Amino acid sequence: METLPKWIDMIVIPLLGVLISLLVSAVIILLIGENPIDALNLMITGALGSTYGWGYTLYYATNFIFTGLAVSVAFHARMFNIGGEGQAAIGGLGVAVVCLSFGWSHWVPALLAASVGAAVFGALWAAIPAYLQAKHGSHIVITTIMFNFIGASILNYLLVNVMRPEGSMDPATAKFPESTHLPTLHDILDLFGIAFSKAGPANVSFIIALLACIGVWLLIWHTRLGYQIRAYGYSESAAVYAGIKPFKIIMVSMLISGALAGMMATNNVMGEAERLVMNSTEGAGFIGIAVALMGRSHPLGVLLAALLFGFLYQGGAELAMWTSIPRELIVVIQALVILFTGALENMVRMPLNWLWLKARTGKN
Amino acid sequence: MEFLIIIQVLDSTIRLAVPLLLCSLAGLFSERAGIFDIGLEGKMLAAAFFAAATAAVTGSVWLGLLFGVSASMLFSLLHGLASITFRGNQLISGVAINFLAAGITVLIGQSWFKLGGRTPSLSGNARFNELTLPFADKVSDVPIIGPIYSELLSGHTALAYLSILLVPLSWYVLYRTRFGLRLRAVGENPAAVDTAGISVIKLRYSAIIICGLLCGLAGAYLSTGLAAGFVKDMSAGRGFIALAALIFAKWRPWHILTATFLFGLLEAISNRFQNIDIFGFILPIQLMQALPYVLTVVILAGFVGKAIPPLAGGVPYTKE
Repeated sequence: METLPKWIDMIVIPLLGVLISLLVSAVIILLIGENPIDALNLMITGALGSTYGWGYTLYYATNFIFTGLAVSVAFHARMFNIGGEGQAAIGGLGVAVVCLSFGWSHWVPALLAASVGAAVFGALWAAIPAYLQAKHGSHIVITTIMFNFIGASILNYLLVNVMRPEGSMDPATAKFPESTHLPTLHDILDLFGIAFSKAGPANVSFIIALLACIGVWLLIWHTRLGYQIRAYGYSESAAVYAGIKPFKIIMVSMLISGALAGMMATNNVMGEAERLVMNSTEGAGFIGIAVALMGRSHPLGVLLAALLFGFLYQGGAELAMWTSIPRELIVVIQALVILFTGALENMVRMPLNWLWLKARTGKN
Repeated sequence: MEFLIIIQVLDSTIRLAVPLLLCSLAGLFSERAGIFDIGLEGKMLAAAFFAAATAAVTGSVWLGLLFGVSASMLFSLLHGLASITFRGNQLISGVAINFLAAGITVLIGQSWFKLGGRTPSLSGNARFNELTLPFADKVSDVPIIGPIYSELLSGHTALAYLSILLVPLSWYVLYRTRFGLRLRAVGENPAAVDTAGISVIKLRYSAIIICGLLCGLAGAYLSTGLAAGFVKDMSAGRGFIALAALIFAKWRPWHILTATFLFGLLEAISNRFQNIDIFGFILPIQLMQALPYVLTVVILAGFVGKAIPPLAGGVPYTKE
């Protein structure tokens, strides 16, 4: 299978996978009696046709960049971190603790501290499954799934019994103080005289997400640690022979992964809701899996895939508003992308492989 | 605590344990054959929807069962296609199946019934009715034994009794038949099975089909036995609790019975009591909900005996 050139492997195969997913989704839309072309048009106008739409598209994309990077970093060490959902939720707890415990005078120090809080809480939530995998060989997939549920129960308990303000019926924390509210893209672009809708929740954490992409790229391809992570992911025995310690790689890659997932909370908890509510992640942790698979665990790919999913998410919301197609369409598309760029990848790859070989031998 | 309350809690334990038991046994067959299955949840959900939808349209719970099980098997075959035929990642395939089921049930449900993803409520022959065991009425006045027989053991659906019978049956199939021996062997050392001239692919597909069948029963029970109709995401993580039970039981049928009833009991208790007061120390309800997962992590960590999964689990087989 090593005969395909890199550009086919990295670009053509994932694109084909996404294309197949979208085609299958179109067939499903047809089967439930709607017009897929109209649906697509509506999604494009709704998500990209106005700065209002962009405000939401980029907001969702920010979430997916963080969770996509989280899954990607773990993938490089051949760890499948399904726990992004729980890590992002616990990261939200970190943001809430930081924002509510200290008196902040300005959003910049608050955001820096909240990012650290989110990253530390997210990393801690990944640390136990990572340790159990590294020391006891407990399967990371199963333990991270279990930790998603355990995390949800803990948050549920804290929001109902501990962090809920006196007299409030809502299982949520108090509103964060005004000084911790993040500037939205409208505020930022306003400085440059660019008009952008006030309504969309996209905020300054989008820029942090972009910086995180660069950071992960530098880490994985331009540091010794990144090299070790990739070497371990490629072949554990070769890595061990080269003196790389599996315990260290498993722990470090999972801690970074958890920290990235946790940092998503700066966007949805601090930037949008401005308080911690129940189920704040809304499945973004799982979408990270689709994003990482489609983006081939490369930060640039993750960024593009996250933008696509941001578009699908906002477009899906518009569809649900104007047609009888429910929001769950996006869940189906997400599942198909995971299927065709992940589990069924060989189904896409095999014919390409065959075609490529045929074209090559034909030339000679 | 009053005797009657205990009977009621145990009665709802049985009701809640049945889908876990069926689902866990489903996972047992799949994972013993070396195919990891984290898609139990999705298959159960798909079966729950198609069983309820068919029963709502035709008025027959048996047709519902048939279509529910077929849907679950179809999802199983998709898992097989990805993980056996195309040697893809079984865990990723499982994740995809869970989301596919979560999305498609609402999409189709909304298109068919226009009830926001629900099916109409089922009644009469569109549901599994509760069976009354012989003499249940007559002995109900006998102290202790009466309520145990007529309240606790009697009055469950056919699927519930079937699920209990499936435990010895699964044990027999896995440990006392040639098929079971081969199925377990293919989960430990597929190359050896292949060398003996037995098709690894056929064995793994049969295991996956059995898994689909059992998940289908679990789903149909959920929407036409336990509840009266389908609601969005009604499996509510039960597939993952079943997976936890499977690991907790260390992939053995009789232990699955114990584990699923333990987890069923935890759910029954947390449904019945909001907070449990033990000598002034309040146990929050969320602890009861998280306990199955915590226990499973503890077992996985090897603090209480070691849970060793089938050796070849998760590894696609490539013929040499």
